Amino acid sequence: MTEPPSDFDIELRLLLEAIYLKYCYDFRSYSVASLRRRVEQALEKFGCRTLSQLQDRVLHEPSVMPALLQYLTVPVSEMFRDPEYFLGLRREVIPRLLTYPSIRVWVAGCSTGEEVYSIAILLQEEGLLSRTTIYATDINPEALRAAEAGVYPIDRVAGFSESYRKSGGRGSLSDYYTAGYGAVVFDRALRARAAFSDHSLATDGVFAEVQLVSCRNVLIYFDRDLQDRAVGLFRDALVRRGFLGLGNRESLRFSKHADAFTELLPEVRIYQRCS
Amino acid sequence: MSSRPPPEPPFLVAIGGSAGAVEVLLTLLPALPASFPGALVVVIHLRPQVRSLLPSIFAGHIALSVREADDKDPIEAGTVTFAGPDYHLLVEPGGSFSLCTTEPVHFSRPSIDVLFESAAHTYGRRLLGILLSGANEDGAAGLAAIARAGGRTWVQAPETAGARRMPESALACMSPDRVLSPSAMAEALRSLSELE
Repeated sequence: MTEPPSDFDIELRLLLEAIYLKYCYDFRSYSVASLRRRVEQALEKFGCRTLSQLQDRVLHEPSVMPALLQYLTVPVSEMFRDPEYFLGLRREVIPRLLTYPSIRVWVAGCSTGEEVYSIAILLQEEGLLSRTTIYATDINPEALRAAEAGVYPIDRVAGFSESYRKSGGRGSLSDYYTAGYGAVVFDRALRARAAFSDHSLATDGVFAEVQLVSCRNVLIYFDRDLQDRAVGLFRDALVRRGFLGLGNRESLRFSKHADAFTELLPEVRIYQRCS
Repeated sequence: MSSRPPPEPPFLVAIGGSAGAVEVLLTLLPALPASFPGALVVVIHLRPQVRSLLPSIFAGHIALSVREADDKDPIEAGTVTFAGPDYHLLVEPGGSFSLCTTEPVHFSRPSIDVLFESAAHTYGRRLLGILLSGANEDGAAGLAAIARAGGRTWVQAPETAGARRMPESALACMSPDRVLSPSAMAEALRSLSELE
């Protein structure tokens, strides 16, 4: 039924093992189809003929791993991607958070920060940001630095603005950034409540108790076992009745932790912890 | 809520198209019986942020079951899985689909090349790739990858396509097993009981 593994797949497994042993980045349980494509792009970028060659360089040239990490992780995100998700947070989740004296939100796999700023703006408009801490975590230090800086190319902003409007935004997105030199920088006030830190859903544990976990389009890059591990962390981090928001094509249907959650807004994949 | 994945189907049919492809699907998919032994997966270029009408066009109107792909959905016989907007759709080893949000390919996400290449890798000789009408070059490289991996390849005859560029791009870079009109393709697909 299954074909014997190709040389590429054999080399890919060896490469991921080498990366794990040497750098503790664990990509061994990532969805392999997408990873293959990203690794092929890396091969081209590094001018290597085979993955074995790339592995040699990963082990012996200190500059290669940080550069390769940009291919293994997926630094692609948008502000207010799927506006209806943020509308759901605004209408159904935020009102339920009002009762907490202090609020903690975990944006897991925050990449370059677009989701962090989207949530910060939402909390600001609903009057909650000043009593919220947002834990923004990722394994990619370069992405985290970009997230902390909050600077985005100006040509992406029109799309962000439109999504912001559709998400129930109360003002104009331009209220929250300063433009100049082909880029916009988001207000410091938005990230004053955010703590950016390195955290791996594959190898690290729970670090805080939170009322909301937002983790969108990260689980798609994991195989089912790693998805289970990540969702287990979310369950353990969430207070009882806390909220979990996923990407709109991700679900808990196949998760071994499915029973720990109920569907609050199934159409936008917002769940609530029930046990 | 969680379920064991069903056994993997004996083969997979991966269909790609763009402008003018939906009308071909209206010929192909209704021709297939509920007992069709293979699984089908379809990437039609879609605009991001617009809900796809494809599942609702076909659901309940054809014998096969229809769904829009969610991440890690199992690959099931007698089911047509459509790629939704704004994600690439890929085939994982172990009998499931996966999604990703990496850059568009040929200005498209979902991209036909991405689906075809990943399916070729996983299904090899148990794969039939079908490229339909469309106005850009997505799918040609993917179809070539399917052929290299020992799978079968069919291309819609350009003179029957609403937009010729997609099938012509494939014909320019490879020799498919068959070049078919939509009605001949429907007939060939219906009589497909196994690939090997």
